[in-house]
Amino acid sequence: MKYTILIYESDTDFKARTDEARKAAYWGAYRAYTTALREAGVMTGGAPLQPSHAGTTLRQRDGKRHVQDGPYADTKEQLGGFYEIDVPDLDTALSWAARCPAASSGAVEVRPNLPM
Amino acid sequence: MSAAHDAAALAARGAYGRLVAWLAARWRDVAAAEDALGDALLAALETWPRDGVPDRPEAWLYAAARRRLLDAARRAGVRAGAAADLRIAMDETAGAPQTIFPDERLKLLFVCAHPAIDETVRTPLMLQAVLGLDAARIAAAFVVAPATMGQRLVRAKAKIRDAGIRFEVPEARELPDRVEAVLDAVYAAYGTGWEDVAGADPRRRGLAEEAIFLGRLIARLLPDEPEALGLLALMLHCEARRAARRDAAGRYVPLSEQDTARWSRPMLEEAERSLEAAAAHAAPGRFQLEAAIQSAHAQRALTGHTDWDAIALLYEWLLRLAPTLGARVGHAAALAEARGAVPALAVLDEISHGDVASYQPYWALRGHLLAALGRGADARDAYTRAIGLSEDPAARDFLRARADAAG
Repeated sequence: MKYTILIYESDTDFKARTDEARKAAYWGAYRAYTTALREAGVMTGGAPLQPSHAGTTLRQRDGKRHVQDGPYADTKEQLGGFYEIDVPDLDTALSWAARCPAASSGAVEVRPNLPM
Repeated sequence: MSAAHDAAALAARGAYGRLVAWLAARWRDVAAAEDALGDALLAALETWPRDGVPDRPEAWLYAAARRRLLDAARRAGVRAGAAADLRIAMDETAGAPQTIFPDERLKLLFVCAHPAIDETVRTPLMLQAVLGLDAARIAAAFVVAPATMGQRLVRAKAKIRDAGIRFEVPEARELPDRVEAVLDAVYAAYGTGWEDVAGADPRRRGLAEEAIFLGRLIARLLPDEPEALGLLALMLHCEARRAARRDAAGRYVPLSEQDTARWSRPMLEEAERSLEAAAAHAAPGRFQLEAAIQSAHAQRALTGHTDWDAIALLYEWLLRLAPTLGARVGHAAALAEARGAVPALAVLDEISHGDVASYQPYWALRGHLLAALGRGADARDAYTRAIGLSEDPAARDFLRARADAAG
């Protein structure tokens, strides 16, 4: 069964991506996590995302288009990327999510994919 | 208000498991017993501040819970005859305020770890029925969704009731297997807290204290079972080192580099006493051997060095009884110290790769051994796997430093 691990990162996490002192640890942890998922044969997809200020949100209402700079919701933690994994059950998905670096600094959400 | 509240809370902590066990053993329904006791505790919080705390809070709670159970049975339309039978069963031993409740928790523990109960739910069931922990806390410790954990507990209790699982201490013939199931379930509770050493996040703090409470309880209720003492010794040895597993800056400290002055002496002493009492039975088992391995590590506090040959031998003995992945990796780690990285790596190479795809200690040790052999690139790859499998940021930092040092 496929699950998506949504990674919510704090502002501090996003800054760590480019901070000279912290970026090696940040990217190292994600590279290692991705390697562990791949080598265990459970990873089926995913991508890191640019910070939320790079996002553009769009709404169409009554034939009118509203375009807005930034994320659709202004929350303390923002979507920073996602992994898609294929594992037998939710317990296994959660045990992988617990190893995601963001689990100890931001939050990770595990959602079962709808089969299409 | 607060005195009554404290009295109720105190009675709840000390007596919860005893009361649930006592009620459930007579009513043969764990969920109903818990609900009734929960109602009784609420009633206590309402009436005790007004009327004062009763002399024997446990007896009061028992009587109130019993009334709830009988009311619920009447409402559910239990046949008149059956209700009468139940009432008689419940009244046999109730009433007299001097009654000392026989401790039925052992029976409850055996019910929770019954072979008919799914293995993954035995520990959660025990924690809830005997200690009164809520499903959300248990779910967090086991990294399971709270709603899922709640459903599993409800299903397991329904199974106990509907399948008529008996509240009894098993016969001698089946006792060893049944005891092992109980001990495994307690050890699983201890294991939930192991990785989260720092205990910074209370939701992830694990259940170490609860497991040790159960370990002491079982060792007392089963005085002729050396493995129960072995398990208690094992958990206490590990717990004694909790404070030493991080340095002042919160960095991970491996066992061989821990400051022994930060190990808890009272816990080590209790662990050693338990292990000695177990050894007096001259019936070694898996938990006793694991405790003996930890006891050998603890000797460093007295002698200043670690006898790795002895530890490697204990692991070989343990592997004959319980060839778990953890024991195989532990054996390899001891071999590395006793005889070098080459034989240790040979032991690791014998383990199938499928088994270790998500087992962090294997990759951490593999990285360590490859680094010792000067195989820097291979060491870094292994460390990377270990980092990716770590939940704990401190462990990640430690392994990254090791990987960088591997060249």
